[in-house]
Amino acid sequence: MPKKAFVFILMVALLSTTFMACSTTTSSDKMIKIGISQLVEHPALDSAREGFIEALKEAGYEDGKNIKIDFQNAQNDMTNAQTIARKFVDEKVDMILAIATPAAQAAANVTKDIPILITAVTDPVSAGLAESLENPGGNVTGTTDMNPVAEQIKLIKELVPNAKTFGILYNSGEINSKVQVDIAKQAAEELGLNMVEATVTNSNEVSQATQSLVGRVDAIYVPTDNTIVSSIGAVIKVANDNKIPVIGSERGQVDAGAIATKGIDYKELGKQTGQIAVEIIKGKKPQDIPIEGAKVVTLIINQKAAESIGLTIPEEILNNADEVIK
Amino acid sequence: MFGLIVTALEQGLVFGIMALGVYITFKVLDFPDLTVDGSFPLGAAVASIIIFNGSNPFLALFLAMAAGLAAGCITGLLNTRGKITGLLSGILTMTALYSINLRIMGRANVTLLNSRTVFTCIEELGVPHSWAFLVLFIIAAFLIKVLLDCFLKTQIGFALRATGDNPEMARANGINTDTMKILGLALSNGLVALSGALVAQYQGFADIGMGIGTIVSGLASVIIGEMMLGERGIGIATFASLMGSFIYRLSIGIALRLGFAATDLKLLTTILVIIALSTPKIRNLLRSTSSTVSNGN
Repeated sequence: MPKKAFVFILMVALLSTTFMACSTTTSSDKMIKIGISQLVEHPALDSAREGFIEALKEAGYEDGKNIKIDFQNAQNDMTNAQTIARKFVDEKVDMILAIATPAAQAAANVTKDIPILITAVTDPVSAGLAESLENPGGNVTGTTDMNPVAEQIKLIKELVPNAKTFGILYNSGEINSKVQVDIAKQAAEELGLNMVEATVTNSNEVSQATQSLVGRVDAIYVPTDNTIVSSIGAVIKVANDNKIPVIGSERGQVDAGAIATKGIDYKELGKQTGQIAVEIIKGKKPQDIPIEGAKVVTLIINQKAAESIGLTIPEEILNNADEVIK
Repeated sequence: MFGLIVTALEQGLVFGIMALGVYITFKVLDFPDLTVDGSFPLGAAVASIIIFNGSNPFLALFLAMAAGLAAGCITGLLNTRGKITGLLSGILTMTALYSINLRIMGRANVTLLNSRTVFTCIEELGVPHSWAFLVLFIIAAFLIKVLLDCFLKTQIGFALRATGDNPEMARANGINTDTMKILGLALSNGLVALSGALVAQYQGFADIGMGIGTIVSGLASVIIGEMMLGERGIGIATFASLMGSFIYRLSIGIALRLGFAATDLKLLTTILVIIALSTPKIRNLLRSTSSTVSNGN
């Protein structure tokens, strides 16, 4: 009977894999176990994770030597984030690094004891992760990626002095983006700029949404929106074809072809989170550590991208830049 | 190991309620309903916003289910009155629900980490925190299973099944198949929304993206269950859906624990569903060819 055979094979496979799963988790006793739960593969989130691991290494904690890092990616499925968090609690890890808001919420929901470090969470308070940034009050601390939006809007004015209107691209389904759009709107008003919103619901619509801004705006601003960032190439292509400068919100976007950003370096943010992790390893309690904003804000200019659309960057801004891509 | 099974049991049961909903449309009604990818987060959205604002969590479950019923009705009306194909009516409702869910929540993510949920209520009855989920999910899933079994054996239940089995015959016997379709879709999406409402409280937040892939996991559960227990009576079939849901979650849990590249999970799930869906057909094909061969001899 093929059906019974199939079910039998399935059960054998399940059982044998469970055995393997058991045997792989019992070897390391003295090592500090750190579980990393990342919501989705994404350049910014990946950089944050790398920065975290690097900071630990700089402090003398290296994966496989005295710490054991278990990296899990939820593939943007909230139930997987839950499963991963439960796995970490079952395996009694010493610390959890949760990257992005739903991963952090899933972890905070399953343990009130294991220290949870968060990063790439824009608003930990409204996400229910902390009572306040200064006094988190529980087992959650870390860094927020609250973007210096107002600074970036100012950058539009500096780089494109004639600009009257700029477009902002974001996914209306992302909580972190809404917060940034509100700040951008306020900053625009203060600077006397008009803001046009173009929203998407998934990455397929990004190109079209960018197209909808053509002819209506003098510059495009991209916040740290997961959907837009993951398809930043589409934005750059449409913008370049129409010679519209794109101002980004993090370095990954500038690498991809945005003109400039004054923003968070996710790798530095991850490092900062790693330094907090070291404090916790050394005995500090998470509730005593305030949640930090990015300490390092860098001005990055992509001169090559600017030249390709015929935009001249003022000399003094070039001199102030932390990095110029030529 | 123990934790792995408990997590899979909890998830299997709570998503099992969703699988029972999918069972109604997919098996009983023979209707490919994609509304569930929208009605699952709809239930979560309605429940979470009510709970977040401090109202009774059981009232939230009730209203979430009502919202799901309404969503199912809309798909049913689109299909029967609007004469839009089943697949497309589901897709239309699902897409519309994305905007509606965002409107209901007012933002993309509502936290329940500090709110009074149904689990808080269960804990107040003296159930330890770590068991509260399992206790509630066992009660809820099996209560719904039994109620559904009873319903499918009533006169209306028979009419519903007849509509799925043979619509022409059902109509000839005086059954209004359109009404039955709407009823089945409403009931199904009501259960799916209820499941979404429970999942939001279980994981501590509702998020606009939490509905992605609901239909695939629901189908996988129903199919895995059927493969393991076979196509028998209603009582066994509904139990099979719950069991299939458990096996499905257990497999994902194991895959994650094995350090399987998460990137491949969705492909693996889909392959599993494809194998399960096509096995009976391939088997029939093999049987018929071998019988023609033997006849030829």
